[in-house]
Amino acid sequence: MTVYSMLIAPFADYGFMRRALVASVALGIGSGPIGVLLMLRRMSLAGDALSHAVLPGAAIGFLVAGGVSLPAMGLGGLVAGLGVALLSGLVTRTTVLREDASFAGFYLTSLALGVLIVSLHGSNSDLLHVLFGTILAIDAPALCLVGGIASLTLLIVAAVYRPLVAECFDPGFLRAVGGRGSFYHLLFLFLVVINLVAGFQALGTLMAVGLMMLPAAIAQLWARTLPVMMLIAASTGAISGFAGLIISFHYGLASGPTIILTASLLYGVSLLFCPSGAVRRLFPRPHRAG
Amino acid sequence: MSIASIRFDNVTVAYNRHPAVHHVSGSFAPGSLTAVAGPNGAGKSTLLKALMGELPLAEGSIDRGGLSSRDFGYLPQAAEIDRHFPLTVADIVILGAWRAIGAFRGMTPAESDKAQQALKAVGLEGFERRHIGSLSAGEFQRVLFARLLLQDAKVIILDEPFTAIDARTTRDLLQIVGRWHQDGRTVIAVLHDFDRIQAHFPQTLLLARETIDWGPTETALSPSNLLRARAMAENWDENAPICEPAEGVRV
Repeated sequence: MTVYSMLIAPFADYGFMRRALVASVALGIGSGPIGVLLMLRRMSLAGDALSHAVLPGAAIGFLVAGGVSLPAMGLGGLVAGLGVALLSGLVTRTTVLREDASFAGFYLTSLALGVLIVSLHGSNSDLLHVLFGTILAIDAPALCLVGGIASLTLLIVAAVYRPLVAECFDPGFLRAVGGRGSFYHLLFLFLVVINLVAGFQALGTLMAVGLMMLPAAIAQLWARTLPVMMLIAASTGAISGFAGLIISFHYGLASGPTIILTASLLYGVSLLFCPSGAVRRLFPRPHRAG
Repeated sequence: MSIASIRFDNVTVAYNRHPAVHHVSGSFAPGSLTAVAGPNGAGKSTLLKALMGELPLAEGSIDRGGLSSRDFGYLPQAAEIDRHFPLTVADIVILGAWRAIGAFRGMTPAESDKAQQALKAVGLEGFERRHIGSLSAGEFQRVLFARLLLQDAKVIILDEPFTAIDARTTRDLLQIVGRWHQDGRTVIAVLHDFDRIQAHFPQTLLLARETIDWGPTETALSPSNLLRARAMAENWDENAPICEPAEGVRV
């Protein structure tokens, strides 16, 4: 097998592979930096909860459009995800429940509601589409949506980088200087939800968060500054998308899980070889003088 | 520098209807240097958070003397900040220039210069590119003081600034506090070390979930006051009756 037939031919020969490639690379580039910020806020599992919360909205979109329509389901998912994020924030501020507990309460309700709606009105294969995604079935409008979300995410992160980071690192300080911290917190949650909606198109509600959190964890193992972390997260996400598609094509595996497992493999390798990893512990090097 | 006076009128902050601190009345004089003292659980941090507008008042009011929140500089307790966040010393210090550069504008040469001077003043020249994760507790506290220097606030609130900080760093940072006082800024600091309070802070607010004394340090920290403070801070009752202070308690 030549390098061409292994790495390039699948994309040169098949339009659905090209679209899947562009979608997964865009997804990795957009979600990576968001995942890093989410992880630094210690909200990794809130991302997972939000990705499940997207389901009932997507299901209603599915009903209204009368079938699998990614734009309608994306819009529904956006509304549902933001709704759960806002309600959880409200419950955290007004009751004794912490953010993780209120997220858990709402996302389980949301997930159950979503599965119920889809199972009432759709077939099992529809449910599978919603839960596990259809990256090989992405059409041009869905591709535009995924690409648009990735571009918007990068533009917004670049524009509000300073307040976003300040709100993440020391929210009390930002409030004290009148920096409208809650606005940026909300904007951040919006970015998380739109990226999950993009991921949901490709990977389904159960794995949408995979290209957000695995690259972020990898980045945190290797880098010590925030810009480098974001760069590593975006590139490992994109590489996982490319490599996962190639592997799934040649071995006839399901694409979504293969992409996530490729990211998992990179994560495993990082756990072994990163500066604080297992290999360094087994083979310690002499310490420096200062 | 224009100076500001901050008045508390019957301020009560409660958690679940139990007062963390209640019926506090009095004022921080313009340009004063006040220590807030009292046992653990006396409501010191709570009172300062209420002053910063971070906690709602259950009763009473705070008159910030026409100052906006931007005129306040606040140093939180060390435990409230994640020191493993992937930022450099320079990243943290330039946040102090927020009033000048806001969320979007770039650092001007003048602001960069001020940031350099602030780092020099806290003894961290050359530390700009160091990651905060590699700093000691004392060095990190110096970074936060540099941020406060750059912030140039009229009122500076320090919550336990010297807890777990070595003697030399404490001495250096106390000099900065003294300079703020000379500039005419109002400085309010939560402290536990009575010797340090007596040596450096002319005014003291002694708290034990209510005001024990508020005035010159030598009278506020009298042995009888300290004894009362200790007894009152421990006075927590799940089934306490509704609080109705006697007439004349309000100042």
